[in-house]
Amino acid sequence: MPKPLIGLAAGVALLAALPLAVPFMTFVVTLAVAKGFAALGVALLLRAGLISLGHAMYFAIGAYTTAFLMQKTGITDFAILVAASIIVATLAGLAFGAFLVRYRAIFFAMLNLAVSMVIYALCSKLYGVTGGTDGLRVGVPTVFAWVPEKAAFDTFLLYATLGLMLVLGWLGHRYLKSPLGHALAAVHTNEVRLEYLGVSAWSTLLTAYGISAGLAGLGGALSAMAIGHVLPEFAFWTESGHLVLTAVLGGVGGVAGPFIGSIFLELVHVVAVGVAAEAWNLIIGVALICVIFFLPRGLFGLIEGRRGKTGGTDL
Amino acid sequence: MSSQATSAAPLLQASGLEISFGGVKAADGVNLTVHEGEFVAIIGPNGSGKTTFLNICTGYLKPSRGQVFLAGRDITQLPPRSIARQGIARAFQIPQLFTDHSLIDNLMLSIAARHGIWQALSPLDRPEYRAEAMEILELLGLAAHADTLTGTLPEGLRKLADITLAFALDPRLLVLDEPTSGVSSIERFQIMETLMKAMRSRKLSALFVEHDMDVVERYADRVVVWNAGHVMAEGRPAEVMQDPRVLESVVGVA
Repeated sequence: MPKPLIGLAAGVALLAALPLAVPFMTFVVTLAVAKGFAALGVALLLRAGLISLGHAMYFAIGAYTTAFLMQKTGITDFAILVAASIIVATLAGLAFGAFLVRYRAIFFAMLNLAVSMVIYALCSKLYGVTGGTDGLRVGVPTVFAWVPEKAAFDTFLLYATLGLMLVLGWLGHRYLKSPLGHALAAVHTNEVRLEYLGVSAWSTLLTAYGISAGLAGLGGALSAMAIGHVLPEFAFWTESGHLVLTAVLGGVGGVAGPFIGSIFLELVHVVAVGVAAEAWNLIIGVALICVIFFLPRGLFGLIEGRRGKTGGTDL
Repeated sequence: MSSQATSAAPLLQASGLEISFGGVKAADGVNLTVHEGEFVAIIGPNGSGKTTFLNICTGYLKPSRGQVFLAGRDITQLPPRSIARQGIARAFQIPQLFTDHSLIDNLMLSIAARHGIWQALSPLDRPEYRAEAMEILELLGLAAHADTLTGTLPEGLRKLADITLAFALDPRLLVLDEPTSGVSSIERFQIMETLMKAMRSRKLSALFVEHDMDVVERYADRVVVWNAGHVMAEGRPAEVMQDPRVLESVVGVA
């Protein structure tokens, strides 16, 4: 068994076991991994050299889809809620992405930010649909015929989230290794050559953008269930910035990076709030500076070790 | 070389091309034909519109008047990616490579582009792509550099690497913009020898812009002399080089 796989297995086992020892970690780990999906979405676009400063909107769209369906239509099934959230977020991503992926660099970043703030405003103002600034409450979903208690559902949600992380992480890994995934990185290095190979940069990017929106939507749906409430703040631009920070901190070389970054940030958050509540942002800032200076490939680079110096990564 | 070239079917046909930038006419009623199996060289002074012509043929620029046909099909208004899929592959004056990828990954991406890029779950690095990529690298003498990041290759090899990317598309027509510029005069003939051998083994047709008269005389079946946006003369290199107008405007000998 190759080394990174051992590390991966150990990491997942630790995440699965941690809540058994420390019950409140169930919530922390679930939320961390859920946000990790959104950070993975941002990381995909970073591979193409595009920084989205608006991806929290897809996270919010996923979260609101779950909350709205539960409150207004009475659909409570976990699988349906998750699937619907992914679909709605992906469709929103394809619709906005169709024009957003025509832009590059600062224009792409700012336009994503602008669209996300429109979504934020809509979440705050459309009281009838979104509950305005009060947000929407999210009850305890059912799992097929099972109607669990809140505590039992939280445990289920943790393991379902971890399971989804493994399945989607594996699919994401396959995607990055595929012709389409390499084409995505090629947009970054030489878009002109890519077009002259007969490949449309626009389609390549839109595909990635749709996938990234779907991942963020999934993260939003899982977070909504874990938190039990959705708020317009989910779409606020600072949340989008947080996703970029998470992706960069964890490393964008492979699919594991954003999850590692997200778990690291949530754990630091828990510790910092307990020890030095006022210094939370300071600690995060210093951590980020250290990573950028000493670990240019992110925390993921630590695990990856000395392999992959040629730029290709495996996990 | 192929003396029967002119009797073969026209592969690329440009007729009445016009384009201008500000007041400068970069193409002013250009007619040019490349036949199947031909190696056609374009020569001419700087700024006479040679690269502009290549840009029109590969879809980067749209002419204000005139048409380009590839094997009888109008490709004038198509974007570069569609023209690439129709069978015109281009190598650039300044090499255009995926500099963060190894040379073989560059090639496998080009091969994948030909077979259809829309594969999201099967790997790029698969045995059949790798074998084909190695075959092309061997053909062009780059096999030893397969695993080198293309961003770190020396200039001469980057030029060849750029050409291999075009090769990997298995085109009908190869368009080369100054394949030997920026290369020492000794390397120049080595590169051209390798290139010609490779093109002949693939039975490719080629259109190339070239400044070096010795290269043109030795390798082109036909030479087209460009001047101020139009074709001033064309024919076999040996004949064209005798033309006093050509000598004056292009070769620089009065």
